[in-house]
Amino acid sequence: MNFRGRDVISIRDFTKEEILYVLEIAEKMVPIAKGEKKSNLLNGYIMASLFFEPSTRTRLSFESAMKRLGGLVIGFAQPGTTSIKKGESLADTIRTAESYCDVIVMRHPHEGSARMAAEFAEVPVINGGDGAGHHPTQCLLDLFTIKKEKGHIEGNKVALLGDLKYGRTVHSLAYALALFGVEMVFIAPPELQMPKEVIEECREMGAKLEIKNDIEDISDVDVLYVTRIQKERFPDPEEYNKVAGSYRIDAKTLEKVKDDMIVMHPLPRVDEISPEVDKTRHAAYFRQTFNGVPVRMALLALVLGGIE
Amino acid sequence: MKELKVQPIKDGTVIDHITPGNALKVVKILGITEKQPDSIISIAMNVVGKRGKKDIVKIENRELDPKEVDKIALIAPNATINIIRNYEVAEKHRVSVPDEVVGIVKCPNPNCISNTREPIETKFIVKSRNPLKIKCYYCEREVEDISSQIM
Repeated sequence: MNFRGRDVISIRDFTKEEILYVLEIAEKMVPIAKGEKKSNLLNGYIMASLFFEPSTRTRLSFESAMKRLGGLVIGFAQPGTTSIKKGESLADTIRTAESYCDVIVMRHPHEGSARMAAEFAEVPVINGGDGAGHHPTQCLLDLFTIKKEKGHIEGNKVALLGDLKYGRTVHSLAYALALFGVEMVFIAPPELQMPKEVIEECREMGAKLEIKNDIEDISDVDVLYVTRIQKERFPDPEEYNKVAGSYRIDAKTLEKVKDDMIVMHPLPRVDEISPEVDKTRHAAYFRQTFNGVPVRMALLALVLGGIE
Repeated sequence: MKELKVQPIKDGTVIDHITPGNALKVVKILGITEKQPDSIISIAMNVVGKRGKKDIVKIENRELDPKEVDKIALIAPNATINIIRNYEVAEKHRVSVPDEVVGIVKCPNPNCISNTREPIETKFIVKSRNPLKIKCYYCEREVEDISSQIM
């Protein structure tokens, strides 16, 4: 398997075998990500971190990943401090950045921006989120978390809950889980339910699906993946409060779940998971956040050729 | 009784086997009325042919070039293009939907990078030919009404 020089734009660019290989490398990266072991694997390499949109976890974990492997980081987190403010195009910004680095990690508000950047750049481009488009490294770290917490991806029943219509991460995740033949439950209010084409595609791939509007019965679920319901999707604030309230995960929700059921969330969360859940054995979201580092280390090492 | 059928043309292009109902769109997409205001254009719709109903467009004194043919293929995938010289069919070809559609269709997603001022042409990948389905190469949005998105 050769990843050297490859762009990482969408999870769809990976086969199941390639995904498993990335997760295997990520597992080996864990002690380095924790700071328990030192590494100089990417010594001499420079990563450009181009964030045209706000980010906490994606940007910090990519930078941490690069530095933990002995590499260097340049870039910006606020485009206002660059020539973009003077009207420079993304294409020119990419051509400039690539002459200063070995790999580009970017987040941009427009869908398709990472794919376009990859056309202009000779160096590999890793997509850290393109508008409502793709976020492949989030998807990989979600899969890594399920594998690490449950021991395997296949054989789990995964419930995806919240804003399934607009949520950037859940469409890619549903596709990836279908690739692994995972049984899924889509739980969302009717107006925020999973788009038809995603449902159809998952079914065509042979995934067993259930579509629900409430979280009454999640007693047979192994993984509960919660996403944020965004206020701006609702024209009526009353309606938002009603919907958001009925999808909130708290101690009561967890009364009748499996002992080893895990709750995941790509974060940031607002009100959808009560802080009282944080201390329960079910809360996996902070470990999930950490997992972003080893997974991104694996990708950086692979595309830069530090690991074949 | 007066002959009401569309007459043969001396020189020009006959677009045959257009999906019924799409003749006017073909004329619009080709922009013939604006580009060659002197061309005589005859349109026949819902003509019953051997393979069922079809539309026909005849354009006098104009031979279509390949890029224009590509544009037509998107809304009339079964159309045939006949180049007429001195009342004879000099060339005949079927339009074929290309694997990639570049610079012809605009992405319907307002937030797609191809709708910003980046130095790129729009690009769509043909997912299926029958029915015709195309997907933006950049944002992956599928185009529902292709004819309304032709540039």
